[in-house]
Amino acid sequence: MKEDGTLFPSSSRLAEINSMENQDTKPKIECKGLWKIFGPNPTKIVNDWDDYKDLSKTELVKKTSCVVGVRNINLSVRTGEIFVIMGLSGSGKSTLLRCINLLHKPTAGSVVIDGEDITKLSTASLRNLRRQKIGMVFQHFALLPHRRVIDNVAYGLEVRGIDKNKRYEKAREMLELVGLQGWERQFPHELSGGMQQRVGLARALATNPEILLMDEAFSALDPLIRRQMQDEFIRLLKVVNKTIVFVTHDLHEALRIATKIAIMRAGVVEQIGTPAEIVLNPKTTYVAEFVKDLPKAKFVTAGDIMEPAEKWTMPVNSTVDQIINKMDIEGLWYAYVVDEHQRIKGVIDYRNLSNGNGKLREDMIEGSYPSKSQQTFLEELIKMAAKTSIPIAITDDSNRLVGVVTRERLLSTLSS
Amino acid sequence: MNQVTFPVRIPVGHWAEIAITWLTDNFESAFDGVSKAVNLLLVNIDHFFNWVPWPIMIAVISGIGWLLAGKRTAIFTAISLFLLGSFNLWPEGMSTLALVTTSVFISVVLGLPLGILAAKNNKFDLFLRPILDGMQTIPSFVYLIPAIMLFGIGNVPGVMATVVFSLPPMVRLTNLGIRQVDAEVVEAGMAFGSTPWQLLMKIQLPLALPAIMTGVNQTVMMALSMVVVAAMIGAGGLGYKILYSIQRVNLAVGVEAGLGILFIAMVLDRILQGITKHQEKAIFKEQ
Repeated sequence: MKEDGTLFPSSSRLAEINSMENQDTKPKIECKGLWKIFGPNPTKIVNDWDDYKDLSKTELVKKTSCVVGVRNINLSVRTGEIFVIMGLSGSGKSTLLRCINLLHKPTAGSVVIDGEDITKLSTASLRNLRRQKIGMVFQHFALLPHRRVIDNVAYGLEVRGIDKNKRYEKAREMLELVGLQGWERQFPHELSGGMQQRVGLARALATNPEILLMDEAFSALDPLIRRQMQDEFIRLLKVVNKTIVFVTHDLHEALRIATKIAIMRAGVVEQIGTPAEIVLNPKTTYVAEFVKDLPKAKFVTAGDIMEPAEKWTMPVNSTVDQIINKMDIEGLWYAYVVDEHQRIKGVIDYRNLSNGNGKLREDMIEGSYPSKSQQTFLEELIKMAAKTSIPIAITDDSNRLVGVVTRERLLSTLSS
Repeated sequence: MNQVTFPVRIPVGHWAEIAITWLTDNFESAFDGVSKAVNLLLVNIDHFFNWVPWPIMIAVISGIGWLLAGKRTAIFTAISLFLLGSFNLWPEGMSTLALVTTSVFISVVLGLPLGILAAKNNKFDLFLRPILDGMQTIPSFVYLIPAIMLFGIGNVPGVMATVVFSLPPMVRLTNLGIRQVDAEVVEAGMAFGSTPWQLLMKIQLPLALPAIMTGVNQTVMMALSMVVVAAMIGAGGLGYKILYSIQRVNLAVGVEAGLGILFIAMVLDRILQGITKHQEKAIFKEQ
């Protein structure tokens, strides 16, 4: 349990997430036209929403005694995704989360898990779904104070009727996974906040659910521990492959762990997108306001802002004239020479090219050039751009040119 | 003085009489059965308490006090009970203890499920609330009359009247205790797929236990405060001694019997509070 102090995930972690992102997987969880209204006669509000839509929250309460939890939510979460629902308090994010395992019964719409509308399940089937497919972690841990750590972790298995030895064995395994071996016999109040939430996590994982719902799971922890828990959570996710729905009010946390973020306000989703999409292209003024002060350099990657490679690409067998011609048209000072597999041979400087009809000579190609992978954060790129005026080559694993980031591009991204 | 005339006379009292008479006429055997069962319970407990030699009784109760509430309570218990005996009131004290034990037992057996139902169902809670208010606020003398009509004279109607008076705190505090359980913990229970019964037995009742024990404590105190009233319809024990002292204007007996009730009340209260504190400590140590 060491504190490594890094604020943001390693690029390898992001690479993994991004590659997961690109797989075309079926939706694991879908919310379709989901409404949750609290109060008497809620369906009337849903059906006659047009009559109420101009009322403020207080006016609505006065007139109908109803409060809108979430309104007409449509979203889908794919297998293996870390889907973060972000919003301030009262935005309906926790309500939405609780609709996914029907702790709140939706007023209208459906929640579909693995293609099955769970709002239509019988009580017994819903119970089985909760016992086997969905785990949940709570903001204030929600451990059972009268039970020892091991009995807390084993709770989900206990209600399923699994015998004591088996459930203890599984619970021990989970405690080891979260780094709490040796604490089995303690009571929750004897543990620190961070450790209690590990118990909460172990409890949620013990039933081996496919879906993990996390309700502000790290919000009640102090900042250092919170960061440490986020790191460990990310590490843990490599071991256990789960679909995560994570609720938070902390945008940094959201950007840190999410593969997809839904930003909520007053019961509706304002925008759904990848962290970079949210930071770079906020769709509403609300989201824009939210991300305004973010250090983009820490959340945006080279892949998000790079320009397409063709403009900068010169085949290795081109003539000098051809190259000069293209660079004139595109207005380039530098260009990358690539072989037939798009692998970089080197960079050429417009000023070093002498006119002539000859082939490109080896001495015109400079072998050292700045290059980074797509998952590199802008932070790194800035450091590199400060040292060289050559546009940075963005390459894949086999040194193929996939894009280019120029200083101008970098600066305009950071200043927008 | 003028006779005040109202346009109508609503004879509620008469209706109540008719209802009780109807009950006694038609359900005599049922009330007889209840009466016999309660009497059996009471008589056996009474016999047992009076059969155990006093030194052993004092040792056992003090021992229980030691286990549940610590050394100081144990010493306090031993001294109090010894004083009770030294007033020459040991058999009466034990009878009163038996009466209280029986009443509290019945109150808990009835009150716990009622409290659970009230906690789980808001409508039932709303329905129950005015009834509980009535049970606590209508002067206990008033329901001595139907108690006599239904159960006759003696210890049983005394127990029944005591139950009516001491049941409300049990129901109320069970209800409150369950409702006070942290909502997130209850949600956790449901999120992991507990059945309602599992939720109740594994989460709600254990966490409501301190409140429930406070309810038991209240019930015991209420029951003790009823012993004199119950004596008016034939219940024995220290209550009867006090009634006797009032009728004879015998201050000496009155003081001694009064102190006797006080000792029993304090002993039971300290021991029960010890249990409650014990549990609160175990459950909520972080606070």
